[in-house]
Amino acid sequence: MSSAVDRAAPARAEERRWVWLALPAVLFLGALFAWPVLRLLAQAVEGGTLEHLEKAVLDELYVEVLVESLEIALWVTLLCLALAYPVALWMLRAGPWGRALALFMLLLPFWTSVLVRTYAWMVILGRNGIVNRSLLEWGVITTPLPLLHNLTGVLIGMVHVLLPYMVFPIYAALLRMDPDLPRAAEGLGAPPWRVFQRVVLPLSLPGVFAGCALVFVLALGFFITPALLGGGRIIMISMLIEQQVREFLDWPFAAALSVVLLVVTLGAYWGLQRLTGGNRLAAG
Amino acid sequence: MEKRFGTVRALAGVDLDVAEGELLTILGPSGSGKTTLLKVVAGFEVPDEGTVRLGATDVTVAPPRARDVGMVFQNYALFPHLTVARNIAFPLEMRRVPRDEIARRVREVLELVELPHHAERLPRQLSGGQQQRVALARAIVFNPRLLLLDEPFGALDRKLREQMQLEVRRLQRRLKLTTLFITHDQEEALILSDRIAVMEAGRIAQLGTPDELYARPATRFVADFLGESNLIEGAWQGGAAVVPGFGPVPLPAPGTDGAPALLLLRPEALRIGAEAQSLPLRAEGRVVESVFLGVSEKFRVALDGGPELLARLPLRPSQPSPAREGDRVALGFAPEDLHVVRG
Amino acid sequence: MPPGRLLLGLVAGLVFAFLMLPLLVVFPISVSSASYLQFPPPGFSWQWYERYLSDPVWMAATWRSVKVAALATLMAVLMGVPLAFALARTRLRALRLLDRFVAAPVILPTIVLSIAIYGLFARLQLIGEWYGIAIAHAVLALPFVVILVGAALRDFDPAQEQAAMGLGATWWQAAWRVTLPQLRPSLVAASFLAFVSSFDELVVAMFLSGAAMTLPKKMFDNIMLEIDPTIAAVSVLQILLVGVCLGLVSVFGRGALTRSLGGK
Repeated sequence: MSSAVDRAAPARAEERRWVWLALPAVLFLGALFAWPVLRLLAQAVEGGTLEHLEKAVLDELYVEVLVESLEIALWVTLLCLALAYPVALWMLRAGPWGRALALFMLLLPFWTSVLVRTYAWMVILGRNGIVNRSLLEWGVITTPLPLLHNLTGVLIGMVHVLLPYMVFPIYAALLRMDPDLPRAAEGLGAPPWRVFQRVVLPLSLPGVFAGCALVFVLALGFFITPALLGGGRIIMISMLIEQQVREFLDWPFAAALSVVLLVVTLGAYWGLQRLTGGNRLAAG
Repeated sequence: MEKRFGTVRALAGVDLDVAEGELLTILGPSGSGKTTLLKVVAGFEVPDEGTVRLGATDVTVAPPRARDVGMVFQNYALFPHLTVARNIAFPLEMRRVPRDEIARRVREVLELVELPHHAERLPRQLSGGQQQRVALARAIVFNPRLLLLDEPFGALDRKLREQMQLEVRRLQRRLKLTTLFITHDQEEALILSDRIAVMEAGRIAQLGTPDELYARPATRFVADFLGESNLIEGAWQGGAAVVPGFGPVPLPAPGTDGAPALLLLRPEALRIGAEAQSLPLRAEGRVVESVFLGVSEKFRVALDGGPELLARLPLRPSQPSPAREGDRVALGFAPEDLHVVRG
Repeated sequence: MPPGRLLLGLVAGLVFAFLMLPLLVVFPISVSSASYLQFPPPGFSWQWYERYLSDPVWMAATWRSVKVAALATLMAVLMGVPLAFALARTRLRALRLLDRFVAAPVILPTIVLSIAIYGLFARLQLIGEWYGIAIAHAVLALPFVVILVGAALRDFDPAQEQAAMGLGATWWQAAWRVTLPQLRPSLVAASFLAFVSSFDELVVAMFLSGAAMTLPKKMFDNIMLEIDPTIAAVSVLQILLVGVCLGLVSVFGRGALTRSLGGK
């Protein structure tokens, strides 16, 4: 029986409501995110020329910066992974108080200004900093170690900022694991190392990949930490972009470098997502 | 009424009429469409075809709030951030009932569900049974035209469940609440209902009073779903149904000769051993399995050259069990206990 | 205790020490009596706190940052919460696709967003206006709000809203009186995240603030030009502020923050 009533009306009214609710944010992001970013990227090929893009990917000077940025991002990712995994594993086995304390010690630096932390590292690692003063005083060294204004300083600072981004996904993946699984493996006669290798590690891999993707992508775009701790000797691609806009007012070239950074970022992100086999368990 | 989701027909031609003051149960396994039916009645889904009427009003496309239907959800859906009193007051506030009247009606309904001293508690401070009473109070406080109960006893343990079932029935009878009750539990349906509609694959397989459905199921599905049953494939011959192992049973309104007949024998209709000897229809067999159940004992008996049948005998503490596993026994029943499901 | 666990505890302890070290060293420096950075401090003094609190430039920068963060938070919550509802509930495919687009400001390198907005605001003559920075920060904070509130909404039992509507509420009444009060932990956590992310943000502010500095910009300049312990005093105050906020969020936010971070 079909009647005069419009049966689709309630469903339509509901969808209309969702559209209206989404509209302010969508318009806002469209006007202040999508539009300016796309306009910037378009400037890379302004006037129909590819010369800026060519310069960005072919000129040895800029390729070197890109490669160094990738190397730094890779190192930061590996260091974060090496430090984060034991922490996540320890948190899994800690009691409620240990866990709460660990979360606090992860969240407090996480939410402390990057500037504050960078400043603190300068105090700690500088020529006259805490580390060098102490080592000199104890007679371990006779001349100050170069810890700041080089790769070491940049890596320490970046790892400190990005470490929580690695711990949380790994910890989340470990939490999702049924705690009976390692016990079952143990009960079946596996020694602790094998339990880890055959049960715990494979089950935490989605979290590991999610953390690596996040840390790598964020590291690639880093600006403040390398600018302050690198002392001008470490140039990452973000700093190059800033320089083009600030000092040379070369918008098309800054845009071209942005395109390169964006392509590399998205490529790395996509690639690491692929590694998880499309498994969004940990990243979701 | 019809409701489709994509290509799946969740409801395929359901026609149901709940009488004023009646408790009608929709009984069916999961996936039978009973939840969809409930959503359509409550107003969370619109049927693709057909109408929903409350009294004379067509509410097919009306939003839930305009329907005047009180609903008790599976997990009660009590608002955890509001006290018991504020939970119950919610539907009255939405209807802009004056404040002092809200206070009075909340008090009254709390008396009714026997929780007069719990008004200021939060839901999580209540036991499961108390939570359910609050959910019920909230659903009836605004005098809805229809009360919907969606598997409300599922979350309770067995003892409490039985107690709450009786309480809900008493309340429903006393207030003459027109009620639609959704469940997959056949026992619950038998206890509570004035009438039961058994659903299967989006259709109503049979509608009737509990004893009608139990004694005279219309389909194999209904016979199987309600209680335990022996479903026997027999055949018609000379105006009688031939029960394999027992022989012909003359029945009124027989089928044509040679046609198959699906016959139902409830386990409690069968008698074993000495008791069977006085019955007109008998067969011999061997006890394959016996299970002690306290109030009764259940036997699985393989008839000589016939099917395996289930028999259930009431037990008295002073009486020994009539048979053991492996024993040869006689099995019998009275012809009036045989029901033809499909001629 | 087996040696494996002992080793694990040792490594974890070292990592936590590494995480806390920079936060701890600024405390003694901030109360140093020396006028130049010196460790260990030769004596005790409140002078750097006094200097921070009495310096109109520092104070103006701080006040500006508070205003910027408050407005950015307000905008992000007012637009993000409705969007989270829409994304969590809709069946429209076009809206569903937005789900991925929303996280884009987090993944996009900040420098790219910064110069993009800089280009736009320069033409609109918004450089140096505090609310211009707030608007840009709202772009960065919006994803946090949508992700946090969206996750809470997906965990939320839809029967609650259905029950409210069945009892006579419109959807708006149900959302306002039933859903939102129960999302409070996530709303608190999201607001905190939005506020702190704006309050600490430097890259966008560097381009947009012009002569009207925010607190991070002032700190940045201070680090570049003259490292005097004033910045240590500012740092200590910031760390304490974050610590207090974290405490408040864990009381009122009931784990929403850690839960969402775990799922990020």
